[in-house]
Amino acid sequence: MTAYQTSEHDVIVVGAGGAGLRAAIEASAQGVSVGLVCKSLLGKAHTVMAEGGMAAALANVRPEDSWKVHFRDTMRGGKFLNNWRMALLHAKEAPDRVNELEEWGAVFDRTKDGRINQRPFGGHTYQRLAHVGDRTGLEMIRTLQDHGVHRGLHVYMECTVVDLLLDGGRVAGAVAYWRNTGEFVVFRAKAVVMATGGIGKAWKVTSNSWEYTGDGHALAYFAGADLLDMEFQQFHPTGMVWPPSVRGTLVTEGVRGEGGVLRNNQGRRFMFDNIPPLYRADTADTEEEAARWVTGDRLKNRRPPELLTRDEVSRAIRREVKEGRGSPHGGVLLDIASVRPAEYIKRSLPSMYHQFKELAGVDITREPMEVGPTCHYAMGGVRVDADTAASTVPGLYAAGEAAAGLHGANRLGGNSLSDLLVFGRRAGHAAAEYAKSLASAPRIDEGAARDSIARALAPLGREGENPYTIQNDLQEMMDRNVGIVRAPEELSGAIDAIRRLRERLNRVGVGGTRTYNPGWHLALDLRCLLVCAEAVARAALTRTESRGAHTRLDFPKSEERWGKVNLVVRRGGDGMSIVEQPLEPVPEEFRAYVYGDKA
Amino acid sequence: MNEGRIRLFRGENGRGATEEYPYERDEGMVVLDVVHQVQARYAPDLACRWNCKAGKCGSCSAEMNGKPGLMCMTRLERFPADQPITVLPMRAFPHVKDLVADVSWNYEVNRKIPPFRMREGQKRVAFQEDVDRVQEFRKCIECFLCQDVCHVLREHGKHAEFGGPRFFVRAAALEMHPWDAGGRLDLVRKALGIGYCNITKCCTEVCPENIRITDNAIIPLKERVVDRFYDPIRMLWRVMTSKEE
Repeated sequence: MTAYQTSEHDVIVVGAGGAGLRAAIEASAQGVSVGLVCKSLLGKAHTVMAEGGMAAALANVRPEDSWKVHFRDTMRGGKFLNNWRMALLHAKEAPDRVNELEEWGAVFDRTKDGRINQRPFGGHTYQRLAHVGDRTGLEMIRTLQDHGVHRGLHVYMECTVVDLLLDGGRVAGAVAYWRNTGEFVVFRAKAVVMATGGIGKAWKVTSNSWEYTGDGHALAYFAGADLLDMEFQQFHPTGMVWPPSVRGTLVTEGVRGEGGVLRNNQGRRFMFDNIPPLYRADTADTEEEAARWVTGDRLKNRRPPELLTRDEVSRAIRREVKEGRGSPHGGVLLDIASVRPAEYIKRSLPSMYHQFKELAGVDITREPMEVGPTCHYAMGGVRVDADTAASTVPGLYAAGEAAAGLHGANRLGGNSLSDLLVFGRRAGHAAAEYAKSLASAPRIDEGAARDSIARALAPLGREGENPYTIQNDLQEMMDRNVGIVRAPEELSGAIDAIRRLRERLNRVGVGGTRTYNPGWHLALDLRCLLVCAEAVARAALTRTESRGAHTRLDFPKSEERWGKVNLVVRRGGDGMSIVEQPLEPVPEEFRAYVYGDKA
Repeated sequence: MNEGRIRLFRGENGRGATEEYPYERDEGMVVLDVVHQVQARYAPDLACRWNCKAGKCGSCSAEMNGKPGLMCMTRLERFPADQPITVLPMRAFPHVKDLVADVSWNYEVNRKIPPFRMREGQKRVAFQEDVDRVQEFRKCIECFLCQDVCHVLREHGKHAEFGGPRFFVRAAALEMHPWDAGGRLDLVRKALGIGYCNITKCCTEVCPENIRITDNAIIPLKERVVDRFYDPIRMLWRVMTSKEE
């Protein structure tokens, strides 16, 4: 029998990106003991890669902005499939969360009158994104990290959770291993917050790091929680496409926010041909008008079509490439060089300048970038209560990308960083309150803990297939079958392929010791990744319409009936089931903002 | 596509040796791509840290042909194609396995530094020119390469008495923040031991974010420490009044 260490906290937060850190800080502020468990070193989570900014209706740049307009933009961007209450709370609370970050030492770029500057982004009516050049995520994570470590958090770095433990249907703790040693630790906890981010490592062309294997999604699912909106996986329109080794690496939407234009190989700004009716009234219809908006006359002119929502731009780029109007390496051209002076570009987009110069040998102040869609963000996640971030399992909470609801069918750029803070804080608060309300700590089922450890150790030292081969096959299959545009036979094929991959995973084998063994870690991550991939494929097959990030070749239009339901993914006795969940209608008092012309 | 050779350190707790692997070379590849290829094809248990693969997270620091850098931002073109590239873990920290070093000491140093504290009654107004220098410091991605090359740590092992360039950058970012209440100079002098630094600028040369660590962070901090603690008039005042300022 394998020995394990034990550790006890009132609240365990899994994941130390923006949502996890903010949840841990808040729970700690409520006076409970908090353990923060993260797969990587502290400060390296995916939040660090967020570039463009954090959306909040501060109205520093455009006094017309307000939470109402932000609420409306978020609902429209999500094609009205959002949880309206989450979208409302988010829009109302985001400014406070940004200001709070500043009080904790964050240093945002400034307006001329000394306040937090805001930049335009896709789908946002006004300039709304608080930012620091193109490294906003770094500023956010470092601020939270440096603030948090002085708040009594116990941080477990390079420690991966492999299972949740339950006591009679409620959360009792978690089983994890230390990456450095391969030793196990069993956490006893009254509440667990999943802040584990997304699932993007199921695709090959992705902006996501190795960590993004849907651990929070899958472990919550195994524990009996509902997942929601899994068919909506965002493909960011602009990832690098060349050289091959960086294919998928993110190119911030900030490039378009600063005026960057998209052209096909004939030099045409094809986004003018792709303006959907919903956005026609707010979008420039000539290059001249768009140019006047970029140079600053934003009251009289409308936004360039490059700033349409990500689902629209990704689909348009895909079409250009598919119909033979793509760039030499299978993307389109993103040009900021002809729009802005070199010094301006280097100042407002320093890491993009550096990234292209170093990795592609392209000087973005002189030449266009080649870009194409890259798998980026899961709108789907754990189904949560809007106010408390509570899942359907008592004691289990989820926030950030691991949770669903705020973004509906498509997330607006900049709404993720603010999501992390608004709902990270709410999750931490509610988890602490729940923990305090329990008379006694739940009981740890030692048998379940030992079973979990035995299962985790099984691939180690066993003769079997290389986990990297399984991951590669999964990623190539998902790129092919579950991409931006989906066909029913491809989705069914994906479900079959995932079943076969799971059989292969049951026979996976990794050599070497338990000490820092990435092959072994991948074998364990794949279990979660396969659950997420299956959930996406099944939900995508069920939703017979096109909406937001989900486009069906056989059902190219949005259907009214599907606008009234979300899809819930649930674990049943004989596998995964998909259930239609009626969407809670927007209350009468807000309907005018959401569906009307003006907020 | 042609074939190259790479030598990677394999072993645990400092014991081990480099092992040579072949790799397929493609246009635009970086060293981290080669490490991943070796993992996938020959050595799934090969340990290396990485996250963003875009120079933003500072996880994949290593020493490549003797030169410390981020593996994700180091293109193969930098090395002669006909010779193997040698990759070793950072040397200024205890070894864990293969290319992974134990950098936890850095997190302990960071905890010693009091966090940002807003001055009493401070309004949140600042102009871009007031925050430019702080933003330079806040670009730091904590790759710890500056710590790795600092001879006070690397050669002399003064980890117990010296904070290293990373934490002078952090202290400078706080002390020079226009709204911060200050009060870390004694820590910079004593616990972080800034006096050990003899400004050889090795840290500045290796910084992937091009932070001018020595000129903009360390030297101004040294000046502030001197002003605060070694100004003859202030020293005399302290002796006469037996008061700490």
